Amino acid sequence: MTLLLTIFAAVVTTAIWYSSEKARELRVGMLVFMFWGASLMWLVDAVVEFIEIRAEYFTPAAEDMLNDAFLGVSVIALALVIWIVALLIKDPKRVIASKLKKK
Amino acid sequence: MACFLVPTAEAIVTTVISKVVSAKEKKQDLAHVDVEKIEKKPLGFGKKLKWLNAMLWGGSALLAFEHVWHGEVTPFFPFLTAASNPADAADMLHEMATSGVAMAGLVTLVWVGMVIVSGLMERRAEQAAADTQEVQS
Repeated sequence: MTLLLTIFAAVVTTAIWYSSEKARELRVGMLVFMFWGASLMWLVDAVVEFIEIRAEYFTPAAEDMLNDAFLGVSVIALALVIWIVALLIKDPKRVIASKLKKK
Repeated sequence: MACFLVPTAEAIVTTVISKVVSAKEKKQDLAHVDVEKIEKKPLGFGKKLKWLNAMLWGGSALLAFEHVWHGEVTPFFPFLTAASNPADAADMLHEMATSGVAMAGLVTLVWVGMVIVSGLMERRAEQAAADTQEVQS
């Protein structure tokens, strides 16, 4: 579930990055790389788990699935927080810099 | 357990390499400034290395969070719960050598694919630009 949610996040952010000039200015590319990197790493985890438990991998317990989904959403939230902090620090549109100058 | 440490270690190495390569490319660019070619210049290797850095750092950060979530990473010594006894430590090292190396390898492999494809796209764009110029002249 965590892998699935991260892949969905990676695909959505990639589509946003590709279609919007504004998104590229706002460094959405960082999110794209973050989500794809994590997706690839969790894909390896999934393959290793599949090799160990075979078909059982596709029939997880409801509680495990819920916990994994909660983790997936939390991972997306963490990535968004990292991105917004990096965006504010880099300040590509000089918004914060101009505000500070005015003061 | 601690598989994310392998991609993290690779990220440290590639970050250092990309800093060195970017500095060299910047120096070369300053030495051979060609105003006409600035816009058409293909992406340098240093810029492409940054893609790998971003995937490795980003992926490792999110995986580290997952390990914290599962209680495998703690804020106190020895930081990894598996490192507290020899049997778990052996399992951890085995996982790092298998899953960790596979993770780093897969991300690097995908990056190599990205570099090859972007190189081909750049070459095609250059060819198209050259063809257009030829037609115009």
